[in-house]
Amino acid sequence: MRLELKHIHKHFGAVHANDDISITIESGTIHGLLGENGAGKSTLMKILSGFIHRDAGEILLDGRAVTFGNPAEAIRAGVGMLHQDPLDFPPLTVLDNFLLGRAEGFRQNRAGALADLKRFSQQFGFDLDPDARVSALTVGERQQLEIMRLLSLGAKILIFDEPTTGISLPQKIKLFETLRRLAKQGVTIIFVTHKLQDAEDLCIKVSVLRLGKVTGEAACPFTADQLVRLMFGQSLEVRAHQAVAAGEPVLDLRDVCVADYRLRVPNINLQVCAGEVIGLAGMEGSGQRLFLRACAGLDQPIAGEMWIGGAAMTRQPYRRFLACGVVYLPAGRLEEGLVPGLNLTEHFVLARRSKEFFVNWTAAQNHAQAKIKEHHIRGAATSRVQALSGGNQQRALLALLPADLRLLLLEHPTRGLDIESTMYVWSQLLERRKRGTAIVFASADLDEILEYSDRILVFSGGRVACALSANQTSVQQLGELIGGKGL
Amino acid sequence: MSETTQRPRLSMRIGFLAEFAWTLGPVLLALCLTTLALVAIGANPLKAYAAMWNGAFGSAEKFSSVVDAWVPLVFCSIGLLITFTAGLWNIGIEGQMVMGAIFATWVARTFDLPAAMMIPLLLVGGAIGGAGWALLAGAFKVYGRVHEIFGGLGLNFIAMGVALYLIIGPWKRAGIASTSGTDLFRQSAWLPNFPGMTVGWIEIVLAILALGLVYFALRGTLWGLKLKAIGKNIRSAFWLGIPTNRYMLGAFALCGVCAGLAGAEQASGVWARLIPSISGGYGYLSILVVLLSGFRAPLVPFVAFLFAAVTKGSIALPLDLQIDSALGGVLQGVVVLLFVLSQGVRSRIR
Repeated sequence: MRLELKHIHKHFGAVHANDDISITIESGTIHGLLGENGAGKSTLMKILSGFIHRDAGEILLDGRAVTFGNPAEAIRAGVGMLHQDPLDFPPLTVLDNFLLGRAEGFRQNRAGALADLKRFSQQFGFDLDPDARVSALTVGERQQLEIMRLLSLGAKILIFDEPTTGISLPQKIKLFETLRRLAKQGVTIIFVTHKLQDAEDLCIKVSVLRLGKVTGEAACPFTADQLVRLMFGQSLEVRAHQAVAAGEPVLDLRDVCVADYRLRVPNINLQVCAGEVIGLAGMEGSGQRLFLRACAGLDQPIAGEMWIGGAAMTRQPYRRFLACGVVYLPAGRLEEGLVPGLNLTEHFVLARRSKEFFVNWTAAQNHAQAKIKEHHIRGAATSRVQALSGGNQQRALLALLPADLRLLLLEHPTRGLDIESTMYVWSQLLERRKRGTAIVFASADLDEILEYSDRILVFSGGRVACALSANQTSVQQLGELIGGKGL
Repeated sequence: MSETTQRPRLSMRIGFLAEFAWTLGPVLLALCLTTLALVAIGANPLKAYAAMWNGAFGSAEKFSSVVDAWVPLVFCSIGLLITFTAGLWNIGIEGQMVMGAIFATWVARTFDLPAAMMIPLLLVGGAIGGAGWALLAGAFKVYGRVHEIFGGLGLNFIAMGVALYLIIGPWKRAGIASTSGTDLFRQSAWLPNFPGMTVGWIEIVLAILALGLVYFALRGTLWGLKLKAIGKNIRSAFWLGIPTNRYMLGAFALCGVCAGLAGAEQASGVWARLIPSISGGYGYLSILVVLLSGFRAPLVPFVAFLFAAVTKGSIALPLDLQIDSALGGVLQGVVVLLFVLSQGVRSRIR
């Protein structure tokens, strides 16, 4: 099926997530869609698969204009999407999952579905037990199930969102083999990825998105160099970096391994000194968050030893980390940091961690007003935090931190902020650094990482590159490392 | 100048009126629906409501029975205010009341003390029983990852089973094992009542005191603020350094104390013995009371009084009009459903 996207626009509030995107993909080809986080890839694919609605533009399938109200309509028209976290039902069996979404009326046709499942399994050489529970499958096997399910529903265009994250190498080889075979049968494959190697191995053509726009297309063969430039923009000049007098060691990690159900990042070794800034680069979900949360004591590393300021902190409770002057500032400001429904005054009272029993609300209000002024928060002491803008929420979070910190861990500290707030956040962080706080931050913005870090840790595909010195690294090198080259 | 000072006042008045309408509207609508139901079964609605009114306020004795119901409703609602603030649905409050009654009964049967020592000991026993049973539900939630609704529901059945077992087993009346209850407590274990009534000043004063205490604790203390933070976003609360598990267990325990007091009061003040249905459904009913109060402590005594009056008043229906007393429950249920519905509709309109 031939796909044409014409002048697609999508706004989320003030953000122009898709800005006049036009892409044509020929029938039976594997087309790569590349771009860094926030480039607009997911938005575009969700529009194509009926999850969200476009503001303007046209979608043509084999020359026919279509509009999808929901994903079910999209799949009926032949467009199916495999999400990065599979949207299946883990407590149900493989066969149950395979049956879901079929428009067959009230009675389940289990025998027919079983036959279909067997036929597809044979065709692709998949080996799934129809009665196994999906929760017992690996991510790769769940992908296989989802591919068969979408094909059985009549998908002619398959969208794969970062399909090689979290699957093993043999499964990846199998997946690529399957994709090539599907393309030969005339199925159109859209392969969303940030891994340059995968794009080079598999795709006939790629489109690169940056800041909501198509920055370029390239046909096979393309070079990594070319793609990195399209993805991350022009290489920045390497800045002269102010040298930091190495202070006392603050954080010491030896052979730490962090993991969740999808990802495992072993063998992290790192020493951070007082006043040092460490940037964590890598595509989102490559383990930066796991790493930060482990350093903050919020999650336990599954292996390795950890010291903070010389004290052994492996498997200590979160509150001991707080007492040691370690704080983690999460990216989900309203989800994991602030309490929607409470106002700024109440937050400052809670954050003081005082032992008072009765709250002196007059004093608390004055304290809050002073903090609001000091941190230039646009809001009143009685403002509920959900009413603040993202920038002001971030300022409020910074204002909640205790004055003396040994280690400050931040996840996307400036995501979604305007320039003024971004500058403010960094002025605060650099001020703390001057006073000897070590800072570790994750960011999707390579310029930000290069500008502020002393050293850089690159997370990619379950591995961590040794800490690079920031003033000897270029955007180009970083881009390749993030793309999994040279690790 | 005058305009700028006038405007907020006007909008405040409108806001108050809107608030009033959004609360009273569902109540009136519920009355209409119940009236329709009465007409549908061929009863005279006016007579039915008059009978209910008489059943609740017709005599000093009847009014006393309304206060009988009001006391446990207020105690349980106070407890639920605490757990709701922490974001917990303590459905297990019914069983916690039963456990309070069981512990109070044990105190009454075990010790032989003058009333001045007996009554406080009995109430403390009830509080401990309720708190322990609530902590069990809390431990299931915090350490066992069992949702408090399921844990509480299971514990309710067990508590009622235990009460029944004690009544027909170890604590059975001499000679006969009957589900009508244990032997009467010795006189020193009876909560003193107003003459001719089944209610006295101790429980009323305690209930009002507890209500005030909880109201100010939730509003004015750091403890209350932390509980509120946990209820609104437990992840952020934990991030802020609040020991969330300990606070949730504390909320359960305090709610259990209130429920246990209600159970002890019922056993000692109303029945002077343990009966199988000692909790009388007041635990569940108080969930509705708190919902209809919009989680506002100052409204609780009034809403509880309304519910107590409807509950007791509807007992008169079968006697006077051959209508089942379930009508009272229907009225209460419809009021709360419509109120919750109106709140939902209101937030959608906004």
